[in-house]
Amino acid sequence: MNTPKNYRWRKFVDQVMRGSTVFATGCAVIPLIAIIGYVLTLGASALSVQFFTDVYQPPNMAQAAADGSTPAFDPNDPFAGIGVPTDGTAPADGTAPVADVYAGGPVGGVLHGIIGTLIITGMGLLFALPIGIFAGIYLSEYRNERYATIVRFCCDVLSGSPSIVAGVVIYILVVIRSHEFSAIAGSLALMILMIPIVTRTTEEMLKLVPESMREAARGLGAPTWYSTFTVIIPAALPGIVTGVMLAFARGAGETAPLILTVLGSNVISTNLFAPMASLPLLAYRYTESPYPGENTLAWGAAFVLMMLVLVMNILVRVATRRRAGASR
Amino acid sequence: MAKQQPAESWSNGKSVFRHGDVPFRIGTVVLASCVVALVLAMGVIMFVSSGEARTAFGWDVLFGQDWNPVATDMAQPAFGAWPAVRGTLLSSLVAIVIAAPLALGIGIFLAELCPPKLSTPLSFLVELLAAIPSVIYGVWGVFVFVPFFNQVFSTPVSDALGDYIPWLAGPVATGRGVMVTGIVMSIMILPTIASLTRDVLRLVPNTQREAMLAIGATRWETIWLAVVPYSRAGIIGAVMLGLGRALGETMAATLLIGNSQRISPSLFAPATTAASLVANELTNSVSTLHESALITVAFALFGITLVLNLGARLLIWYVDRGMAGGRS
Repeated sequence: MNTPKNYRWRKFVDQVMRGSTVFATGCAVIPLIAIIGYVLTLGASALSVQFFTDVYQPPNMAQAAADGSTPAFDPNDPFAGIGVPTDGTAPADGTAPVADVYAGGPVGGVLHGIIGTLIITGMGLLFALPIGIFAGIYLSEYRNERYATIVRFCCDVLSGSPSIVAGVVIYILVVIRSHEFSAIAGSLALMILMIPIVTRTTEEMLKLVPESMREAARGLGAPTWYSTFTVIIPAALPGIVTGVMLAFARGAGETAPLILTVLGSNVISTNLFAPMASLPLLAYRYTESPYPGENTLAWGAAFVLMMLVLVMNILVRVATRRRAGASR
Repeated sequence: MAKQQPAESWSNGKSVFRHGDVPFRIGTVVLASCVVALVLAMGVIMFVSSGEARTAFGWDVLFGQDWNPVATDMAQPAFGAWPAVRGTLLSSLVAIVIAAPLALGIGIFLAELCPPKLSTPLSFLVELLAAIPSVIYGVWGVFVFVPFFNQVFSTPVSDALGDYIPWLAGPVATGRGVMVTGIVMSIMILPTIASLTRDVLRLVPNTQREAMLAIGATRWETIWLAVVPYSRAGIIGAVMLGLGRALGETMAATLLIGNSQRISPSLFAPATTAASLVANELTNSVSTLHESALITVAFALFGITLVLNLGARLLIWYVDRGMAGGRS
């Protein structure tokens, strides 16, 4: 066989470049495993009963209550701490040593954040659902119209624009006018971010419904709206529900718009017109905190958010796979 | 859609209104228009609210060097967000330089080389990266990646080369800075670029590959000379979408970049980005002018991502269209 002169070189390049694509894939998988691994291990170790049932505790007071030490600063007795050494050694007068807030002891839990996230994200989803689902129906059932292209593009703009922009817009519209950070403002900001997800998944799922089903309904004399609500949407319902769950998971993890609209809180609040705590906000604030105990809570909050995303994505995967199998 | 034609003409009859299709259509169009209205409203609201700063400073809001919100005896308040704009551009540049080649490799591997059994779980893993909330990247970055990177890369490199190359100069104080932010951002935008690249590569007609293989090309030559050039426009579009995501990234940047207004040539030095400037200062703005300047920055972000989205969608749409024609 007459092999070309540069055959070995070409073969070599082929091997190297194919190997480098494998390497690139490895480069993507390693940080993924590192992130998921760290969050799951460090986050899981932050979990306790207290994590889910307690609210914010000042590290100072929590530490003092836990090991019987004197709080470095007692809000009920502000002058008690004066003259007491703050390096953890016992004072000369024989009282308990001052609480060491950098020991990483217990600092309460994030129940207020969990409740806040459920309320804010739930309300946001409630606002986003009618617009998202009907826009999805429009995009799927009238898919060839020119206006549908415009709507589709606007959806892409919404999902592509930075999440902070949604926060800024709601800050201008709601927070400045009402002179108050509020949970409802956060829900509206999350609504802006969830609409494109609900719209696009609804559209995709409705498009998966075989054309023959639409034709069959039409053949029986059903008008479009009737066949849409009784035939096509029920057929695509599992897919739409998973899309809604995905939107919930995305909204629950959004932080930037909440900084500008919800602000955060240290107590359990269910007042929609007042600042409220939220899990991603707590993860952000506790990451910036100097207290190791609060840093641990940040890992715990990250763990809960990560589990939400993982579970939702796996559920979506299972649901869509079953759908794809059934339509075949 | 030719099949649908008879049914369509049938449903255009007079009795349609009685059957409720016109109200259904109006309803879906109105709710779909909410999406369009939302995008327009976001643009208009931010344009109007940024008016004060734009008339006071003009383009200097974005390109002025001084960011000084509080009036002192020494200086009038000045709003020039160039440090933030520069930080955004630099960190996104680092992100795209790292992510684009890796994502191209992943896309090629997933679309062309990967055994089908491995392809689905790998795609799922890569897409999972995109679903993780950005605040988790921030938490992971602060507690795990920054100390690691500081020890393994920043400190030795700035010690060895910092005196000769100004943009690798030390001191690497906390480790937070442009380069760390760029690297974490590159992990975040990898899945966006990789999955879109995979999709456009899969659209390349098989005749391209077969023709190349038939004249004796290796696998890699087939990919690099026949498949990738064919979908070049789509890959550029994917990179643009990734760039848009990096430019607007808020939480990871806020936590990792160090939020410093000082302009330093070093990539290891703390800086700030447009999105993190808005997230940090908007809720604490000291005057309406300050507020308005921050809204101008957010508006610029919105505008840039809109242009990038438009360009990317046009490119991907162009590829999609050209290939659909080519295949038939």
